[in-house]
Amino acid sequence: MEFLQWFLEFLQVQLPRYLDGAWITIQLTFAGAVLAFVLAMVFGIMGSTRPWILRAITTVYVEVFRGIAALVVMFWIVYALPDMTGYELDPMFAAILALGLNVGAYGAEVVRAALNAVPKAQVEATVALNLSWFQRMRLVVVPQAWAQMLPTFGNLIIELMKASAVVYLVGILDLTAVAREVRSGTGETLAAFAIAFVFYYLIAQVLIFGMRLLERRANVKLGRIPPSGGGLMGLLRPPSVGTRVGVAK
Amino acid sequence: MSPSDTPENTTAPGVDGVVAENAEDGLIVFDKVVKRFGDLTVLDHLDFSVAPGERVTLIGPSGSGKTTILRLLMTLEKVTEGRIWVDGEPFSHMPRGNGMAPANEGYLRARRKRIGMVFQQFNLFPNMSVRKNIMEAPVHVLGIGKDEASQRAEELLELVGLGDKIDAHPTQLSGGQQQRVAIARALAMRPEILLLDEVTSALDPELVAGVLDVLREVAETTDITMLCVTHEMGFARDVSHRVLMFDQGRIAEEGPPDQIFGDPREERTKSFLKSVLENGH
Repeated sequence: MEFLQWFLEFLQVQLPRYLDGAWITIQLTFAGAVLAFVLAMVFGIMGSTRPWILRAITTVYVEVFRGIAALVVMFWIVYALPDMTGYELDPMFAAILALGLNVGAYGAEVVRAALNAVPKAQVEATVALNLSWFQRMRLVVVPQAWAQMLPTFGNLIIELMKASAVVYLVGILDLTAVAREVRSGTGETLAAFAIAFVFYYLIAQVLIFGMRLLERRANVKLGRIPPSGGGLMGLLRPPSVGTRVGVAK
Repeated sequence: MSPSDTPENTTAPGVDGVVAENAEDGLIVFDKVVKRFGDLTVLDHLDFSVAPGERVTLIGPSGSGKTTILRLLMTLEKVTEGRIWVDGEPFSHMPRGNGMAPANEGYLRARRKRIGMVFQQFNLFPNMSVRKNIMEAPVHVLGIGKDEASQRAEELLELVGLGDKIDAHPTQLSGGQQQRVAIARALAMRPEILLLDEVTSALDPELVAGVLDVLREVAETTDITMLCVTHEMGFARDVSHRVLMFDQGRIAEEGPPDQIFGDPREERTKSFLKSVLENGH
């Protein structure tokens, strides 16, 4: 009882700082995810095309940024780039760039694989209707691959959120930085990090919920699950349909 | 097809001259077409032509190259040797300099718009409603207004007997219904040539008749040139002007349906027809 009272008081004092930190983490996650998504789509689509030069560019991007820790990229942008160019980037921007480039490389592989998994027969149908390459991608291939990308995108966005915990190393006051500061300020290691745990967990749950919502919509669109049913509770369960793309006979 | 007016053109052009002559015979002309997949020769120096408005049925054992002919015309495959002409114009190839080069995508896009295809597995787009399946290509490829395309989609669905399914999702339809939508989708592009690739083979027996009725109606009410690969001999007999019997990448026998089905001359045709009948098709 005494502990609880103490903890509540501790929380009351420290909560605004944690909320500020969580808000930074959310911003990093959101902006990093947007950048990663754009990069994943661009490089993933390029990687699924025929010209070897486009595929080679994708391979280089994926292998380079998948192979380098986001932290090192971030250090490089924050510390090395100004040395080389005399141009200093805002650490927040550098962190978003590093996270986006890193997760985008994983995402590009997901996009490429999902595009390649769209049945050849679907592509042939677009040829028979004389769609251009761009129309084919926009109207048929990407919308069908979308449902297959989403489960992995869900994992990636949570990975990105967690990977953002390294940004305190370039002086950004994210959730982890706040926890460290609270710990060194109060000496309460257990409580300081426990609160951060809870915040990370809650953010992850919101992300998972959002991704399930998108996944569900995508599967309804492809006629794999009926438009309604399950209600809100249904969203808490992972979709039970396979990821095979195609027309049911 | 330019006149041979340069010295270097007088050697090769004999060939071109012959081809051009052949090309005038029909809407579709195959000129010594060879198609190989690796070591496997699927079409072996195939020559044939199809007249405008003609309905031609291709029959023969599986692996005899029938479907490959349709896929070549739909530009889903490229010829290994020989040339295809459509309406007197090179189709598999394009003029380049004094000679011919394999057609590139831009050249093909301008030419395959007159050709439509219906596939064995329907290949409807599962990310679109029935209406969108039919109207997207007319809107985006032909540049038809959305309202007009939508109305045309309704008319075509009425034609195939599915007027009430316009806002359904493809997965809510039976195979036969899906195939009828696929026919409507192909017709929405107003093709001059319609390729039908075993369109009833994937259907349950009780659904076959509905699809064939739709195609009979199309054959009766339009002058679309039709090339049809099928095992439905009754349908072939009703609809086609000419039947080509394929065997090992060549035409083993050809003639009007009454002759091919009633009085086949070639042994291979006889044995093929016998095996089809025994299999209950």
